[in-house]
Amino acid sequence: MLELRSVCKHFGGVAATDGVSLALPAGEAHALIGPNGAGKTTLLAQICGSLTPDSGDIFFEGRKITRDPQHRRVAAGLARSYQITSIFRRANVLDNLALAVQARSGTSFRFWRPVSAEKRLFEEARALAAEIGLGARLEVAAAALSHGEQRALEVGLALATRPKLLLLDEPMAGMGPEDSQRMVELIARLRGGLTLLLVEHDMDAVFRLADRISVLVNGRLIATDAPQRIKENAEVRKAYLGEEAIA
Amino acid sequence: MKTVAAVIVLLVAYPLAMSAVDNLFYVSFASRVLIYAIAATSLNLALGYGGMISFGHAAFVGTGAYVASILFAEGVTSAWLEWPAAIAVSALAAAAIGAVSLRTRGVYFIMITLAFAQMMFYLVTSMKAYGGDEGLSLPGRAELGLGLDAGNEVTFYYVVLGLLLALLYALHRLARARFGRVVTAIRENEVRAEAIGFPVYRTKLACFVIAGAAGGLAGALLASHGKYVNPNVLHWIQSGTLMIMVIIGGVGHLWGGLIGAAALLTLEHLIAEYPVDWLARLAPNYQQHAGLGVGLVLLLIVLFAPQGIAGLFTRRARAP
Repeated sequence: MLELRSVCKHFGGVAATDGVSLALPAGEAHALIGPNGAGKTTLLAQICGSLTPDSGDIFFEGRKITRDPQHRRVAAGLARSYQITSIFRRANVLDNLALAVQARSGTSFRFWRPVSAEKRLFEEARALAAEIGLGARLEVAAAALSHGEQRALEVGLALATRPKLLLLDEPMAGMGPEDSQRMVELIARLRGGLTLLLVEHDMDAVFRLADRISVLVNGRLIATDAPQRIKENAEVRKAYLGEEAIA
Repeated sequence: MKTVAAVIVLLVAYPLAMSAVDNLFYVSFASRVLIYAIAATSLNLALGYGGMISFGHAAFVGTGAYVASILFAEGVTSAWLEWPAAIAVSALAAAAIGAVSLRTRGVYFIMITLAFAQMMFYLVTSMKAYGGDEGLSLPGRAELGLGLDAGNEVTFYYVVLGLLLALLYALHRLARARFGRVVTAIRENEVRAEAIGFPVYRTKLACFVIAGAAGGLAGALLASHGKYVNPNVLHWIQSGTLMIMVIIGGVGHLWGGLIGAAALLTLEHLIAEYPVDWLARLAPNYQQHAGLGVGLVLLLIVLFAPQGIAGLFTRRARAP
């Protein structure tokens, strides 16, 4: 599904991504973990196309996408959510989702016919809202939602593009235990239906959701393995998890 | 809806009332207001709807004005040729300037659009064959055909009004169509708009070109109306004036351009024509500096009605 080949990205003298190679088979739920500043978000940005690697290549479904613009990658089925909530704050939940549905259903260079006449967009947006647990909040402005609801909408916007590969950048960021639990359940439902690349600090969630885990430290992948083996990996323990996390 | 109908009835009845009291000056003045309304509305599309703070919109108005005037001077006097040509050339200019400028963001975009407009200003200033910095006087207005006399102030007013209403209706449709939703989505959150798969650059460029094309129409009308064009129509002060109109009227509001143009030009006219004794004693030359009054109004708007005059009439239903 997704393959990275020796991807490198430098910012000045700092290697934010240092020769990362990784292959995700279709349907896998893959977690990317690592300490703060390890370059996780930078790596995601290169996969989704908002940053271009200095060297190395990225393949999506066997096709080289290293230099494709982001919107073309989205059209091909590669979507992302953001660590810092990025939604259309003034629009309500339904309009947020309908907009994202519109993005992948036909051209947006239509200047005359009102969107409100396109029943299908809104039907699909309603279904999505129900799926992410916002079915009762359709008319509420995104800015007025609770933090947990905004995070759900954040993921919903990415889902609305009907991705084959979904990149989730810390979906549980800043959430209380109850909201986190709901988000874990949402992601668990998505598993298998699409390929997931999950960046997350919440280790309980990572070990519950991931088929495999990769560990990124200082821009380099130091391990990619099944969750149990990652827990036992001495290098990973030393670099990241800390002794007490595994005890 | 009722308000809109009332406004349209007023606009239609206005020249009839003015001709009844035989005051054609105020019909001509109103035509000028409506032409500026077209220009300000076109800027509002880029600035208000699209969030592209263009400080060079006069470039497109001026291009339209010069294209129409040069065609007239060369013997092409039909409005049916002049005005579409003005629109087309302004659209091309907007495509070229937008293609470069839209690669930048924020203050750089403001500066680069300003720079392009100033380059065009100096270009027409040096066009000696067409008047240079003296400008170009035209023997008449573009010919309308169909038995209509553009020289008749009332007829010309209705032509301009028709074009303005057509533009407003088109903008109303556009804002609710797919394209308009994407344009405002990009204004609200460009990063996310790109991330859900919209071609952001292309959309902004298309919006910028439409705005430039409509600005070109305003320019052609302006040249016809005054039977005169000079490089000041492209000067950055003109761009600033259009921006002030949009801000006073209502950024991103359908009627913002019309309200702003009417408010600003009327205010300028009142300051120039009707002296206030105590003000004149305080500042003897104040009438030559209408900008002072305009500045004061702008200050009040920005402080107390950031949505512009139009914003005062719409309910505040939106969340912050």
